[in-house]
Amino acid sequence: MIWEIVIQPFADFGFMRRALLGCIAVSLGATPVGVFLMLRRMSLTGDAMAHAILPGAAVGFLISGLSLGAMTVGGLIAGMAVALLSGLVTRVTALREDASLAAFYLISLALGVLIVSTRGSNVDLMHVLFGTVLALNNDALVLLCSIASLSVLVLAVLFRPLVLECADPQFLRSVSKLSAVTHFTFLSLVVLNLVGGFHALGTLMAVGIMILPAAAARFWAKSIGGLILVAVAIAFLSSLSGLLLSYHYSLPSGPAIILVAGIIYAVSLVLGPAGGLIAQVLPRRPLQN
Amino acid sequence: MTSALAFRDLTLGYDRLPAVQQLHADIAEGSLTAIFGPNGAGKSTLLKGVTGALAPLQGNVEFGALERGDIAYLPQQSDIDRTFPLSVVDLVAMGLWHEIGPFGWLGKKQRARVDAALASVGLTGLESRPIGSLSGGQMQRALFARLLLQDARLVLLDEPFTAIDARTMADLLDVIRSWHTEGRTVLAVLHDAETVRAHFPETLLLARELVAHGPTEQVLTVENQFRARQMCEACAGPPHVCGRDAA
Repeated sequence: MIWEIVIQPFADFGFMRRALLGCIAVSLGATPVGVFLMLRRMSLTGDAMAHAILPGAAVGFLISGLSLGAMTVGGLIAGMAVALLSGLVTRVTALREDASLAAFYLISLALGVLIVSTRGSNVDLMHVLFGTVLALNNDALVLLCSIASLSVLVLAVLFRPLVLECADPQFLRSVSKLSAVTHFTFLSLVVLNLVGGFHALGTLMAVGIMILPAAAARFWAKSIGGLILVAVAIAFLSSLSGLLLSYHYSLPSGPAIILVAGIIYAVSLVLGPAGGLIAQVLPRRPLQN
Repeated sequence: MTSALAFRDLTLGYDRLPAVQQLHADIAEGSLTAIFGPNGAGKSTLLKGVTGALAPLQGNVEFGALERGDIAYLPQQSDIDRTFPLSVVDLVAMGLWHEIGPFGWLGKKQRARVDAALASVGLTGLESRPIGSLSGGQMQRALFARLLLQDARLVLLDEPFTAIDARTMADLLDVIRSWHTEGRTVLAVLHDAETVRAHFPETLLLARELVAHGPTEQVLTVENQFRARQMCEACAGPPHVCGRDAA
């Protein structure tokens, strides 16, 4: 019974195994990045960046069709450009970062949809927006796994400055010159993971696997390490169950994965011991100290 | 006596509106100085000028033998994200940044120093509490422990006793006094004249321009304070000019 539901699809079909590997790679790389996005109160920035990537991917698509390399490079360029431009606008003008980012990503998104629709069909647009996790080829898998490895490595190296930059940026600036380096390296990681994620889940859904597990983890863990572990576990679980749901009920896989993550988020919101609804309402024992 | 800091015709401001004007003063090495003045006098701005967070519009700040790593700065409390999942010991250990940097290991010796710093601000036993659960006073104690670990020769404090209970304030004043006896230079922005009179031998009275600088009893006279208030009101013009760093 369990064999048939959980194991059989992966045992029988190569595309399911590839999809699972792709999702695991995305979960490993993007989810920890999402935890830091959340801790820096930049969850919506992640969303904006995801939209910003679209025109770059679209230009890549225009030049060489559904080519992995062209779309990746295009997405990276567009994402980095929006990140840098909005950072620049914030520093030299009176506009705050959220507003300047929103302005750039809206322009970027409109441009992207326009470019895709002039050349491709609606199917192509759907591919870019929602990804094709069930049709990942070898190159795409290598790309996803490389991005995941790089992200984990960079996060390990940058961990301490990044935590400081999130918790007390003024202090980091007062003791070290790493603040700006940390900020832009981190933004690059966000862009890189979104570009990787969009091959599997699409530009709109990639940000879901980044933010939803992180937001759900906040209700279970109190330390940064704990948050990352719980978030990655939730992302794995969502990927596996989402893929199985999409297999058994013929649902589109990207949205199925994100919806499972969404359900886990909703359950955490209610049941989570660290500030969930029930924990807030129930009387608590006083802290021992 | 050598000076730890020298303000040379220093003008600091935001959007080209000066908040501190042509300040000329020397802060002696090892002195314990209060920066005092009405709201909007440019007190916090002056500290930002010393840390380098704000570039001078004119003039400069000269540091005698001090380097960037010799300065510790405690900004006003609102700048830390209190919901961040950090424990007290994590927060305090940040003070060791100059020794361990971004990658160094927190060894046994460092750990002992963190414990000692926590003990000297009276936070022993709260090491593993999340910072979000601390009271305002406890948080300020933790930040002072972090300053202790920074082991800086110049300590800058911006309104360290705002919204702090009397007991905590007394303990933290002890810490400041011990810095003074160790020969460190301490500059503290304060708004309470009684505290300044009781604990700070030197005062720099600021009303965007320098009003007076020297031994506290000579500086904090009724006439000087009245003059400072008048100067600040006179120069204020439209409220946004002076009100920018009022806090």
